[in-house]
Amino acid sequence: MTDNIVEINNLSFGYGHRHLHKGVNMKFPRGKVVAIMGGSGSGKTTLLRLIGGQLRPTHGEVKVDGKVVHKQDRAGIYALRRKMGMLFQFGALFTDLSVYDNVAFPMREHTNLPESMIRDLVLMKLNAVGLRGACNLMPSELSGGMSRRIALARAIALDPAIIMYDEPFAGLDPISMGVIVNLIRNLNDVLGATSIVVTHDIHETFSFVDYVYFVADGVVAAEGTPDELRASKLPFVHQFVHGDVDGPVPFHYNAPDYRQDLMRATRA
Amino acid sequence: MDRTTMDLWVGLFVAAGIVALIGLAMKVGNLTSDHLGDTYTVSAHFDDIGGLKPRAPIKSAGVVVGRVDSIQFDSKRYDAVVKLKIDKSYKFPKDTFASINTSGLLGEQYVTLEAGGDTEMLEEDGKGKIEHTQPALVLEKLIGQFVSSKAEGDSSTPQNTMEDAQ
Amino acid sequence: MLKRTTETLRGIGHRFINRIWRLGTAARFFWRILRRSTDKPMRLIKLTVHEMYATGVLSLVIILVSALFVGMVLGLQGYNTLQRYGSADAVGVLVALSLVRELGPVVTALLFAGRAGTAITAEIGLMKTTEQLSAMEMMAVNPIARVIAPRFWAGVISMPLLAAMFSMVGVLGGYLVAVPLLGIDAGSFWSQMQTSVDFRVDIVNGVIKSFVFGVACTIIALFEGYDAPPTAEGVSRATTRTVVNSSLAVLGLDFALTSFMISV
Repeated sequence: MTDNIVEINNLSFGYGHRHLHKGVNMKFPRGKVVAIMGGSGSGKTTLLRLIGGQLRPTHGEVKVDGKVVHKQDRAGIYALRRKMGMLFQFGALFTDLSVYDNVAFPMREHTNLPESMIRDLVLMKLNAVGLRGACNLMPSELSGGMSRRIALARAIALDPAIIMYDEPFAGLDPISMGVIVNLIRNLNDVLGATSIVVTHDIHETFSFVDYVYFVADGVVAAEGTPDELRASKLPFVHQFVHGDVDGPVPFHYNAPDYRQDLMRATRA
Repeated sequence: MDRTTMDLWVGLFVAAGIVALIGLAMKVGNLTSDHLGDTYTVSAHFDDIGGLKPRAPIKSAGVVVGRVDSIQFDSKRYDAVVKLKIDKSYKFPKDTFASINTSGLLGEQYVTLEAGGDTEMLEEDGKGKIEHTQPALVLEKLIGQFVSSKAEGDSSTPQNTMEDAQ
Repeated sequence: MLKRTTETLRGIGHRFINRIWRLGTAARFFWRILRRSTDKPMRLIKLTVHEMYATGVLSLVIILVSALFVGMVLGLQGYNTLQRYGSADAVGVLVALSLVRELGPVVTALLFAGRAGTAITAEIGLMKTTEQLSAMEMMAVNPIARVIAPRFWAGVISMPLLAAMFSMVGVLGGYLVAVPLLGIDAGSFWSQMQTSVDFRVDIVNGVIKSFVFGVACTIIALFEGYDAPPTAEGVSRATTRTVVNSSLAVLGLDFALTSFMISV
């Protein structure tokens, strides 16, 4: 078996005529925390959905644990997903269930454990994210940072081999952000899992990940360890790391010539 | 909300729904009166059944004693043969007289049985036959008679006809 | 001129194709619900009971109050008209037949679409918007089996029960107006009703109608929610569409079913 738990080989994907990915190659070694970075709309979240088998690639393949995801039948995909935990952008907690039931949900669905054991496991997971005291609250009573930590407890409920994070820092204050950063790193090392973090939060990310992929224009524009990328002279990386407004990533969305556009408006 | 209270409410809801259904069937509908228990079938020939329908009530002295089972055309006698289902607890003599009446001026039509004086009763093996029948009174026919007799200039007949009709 | 005509025609064609497309998607959705209903029967029963609280029990108040008033109005109006023809006694028949045959199933379905249907659409739409359905899928739990199917069966079971309660309470409302208020004899009120209301033709057909309406209203509510664009505006539009489409479907189906039942 290879040492890469997830491999993306020459992957292309698009909605209709819009091509989002044009031959992406990535490798995610076991036990590492890997970040996928890129501007908004560069298809980072879509990559996670492709890994989870919620979308089918138009070309190429995604291999999880040596198996090609889109060639699995429904049962096969579900078996692969049992090895994955995913933290959605805003947590995606089930609003009609309490915090406790949210964390217990995957256990109740996939195991036949007695309720007393589920209770112990749920409290363990909640303790790991520091929110054991919130177990009787409803999701509507939680702050943004708290609900993301609960969602993290739910994502690791079945001790997954792969944990995926979709924009884990979006909309959080610096303290909550620091808490999440610590959790991602610690959980990864304690569980011996592999973490894939999709984000555009450059400074937070560079502080704790092992490897970074930059996605732009549907391909991997740059890759390397945080230190390598900081030193990189590639214009794209430079722009992203330093947050310049214009550069290889244009400020403007594809549009016809500005002057012609205005002229047409006056004529019509 | 507590799981058990919720279950209790749903249980009450389902029970109330079923009670309502049974109530409709028993109190509003004819499920109770429809159960005639054991019945026997007799047939009767009518020249004209008017608007009589299957499942119409059969009454004797105003009491429902059965229901119309089926209505067919007899292609030999060119009249209608009506099968009547009568409750086994009611026996009728052989010379019973059957007529088709209307409840109210425009109401539903039903069959009336009037017992005769025969000592022998109608057979209950399905071969029983009521010989004496009176066809339904059809409103158009009555009006037709009334108009034609009026045209003849006879002023006494139409009144009689109308009285007969009532 | 020609250009505008082609444009209009193209618009009509586009909308028509869209409608057909959605109808097909809804039919597939229905089929998926039925197929996924066999996944874990015990879990489905438990969840269905849970959902019946939302669809059935919470709809009770509006259904029962409306039924009482509809029955009382029918009693008043029926009495006023019938007494001109000297058959005021038949008011019970009028109330019972209108309720059992038409008003019970139809009004219940319309109220259900407004009360439970919109709630279902908004809930499912919001679950989709907040990625709860996606999250479930990523946890290897089928959302159709876990979220959609229990709500479907809860709606399908609740509707005939609600309609039966509506008819029964409506008849009681008619009774309240006719007997104590207008002085009609209680005995003739009930006995005339019983001779005219047929169990199979009227009551069973009414139940069949409300069952069909239950399937239609619940499927529409679920589909609109599941198919809603994941935005606040998308969900609010889907909720409106649920009411409009359910009402049209109920009235259309009512005509179809009635004409079928009368001809048989």
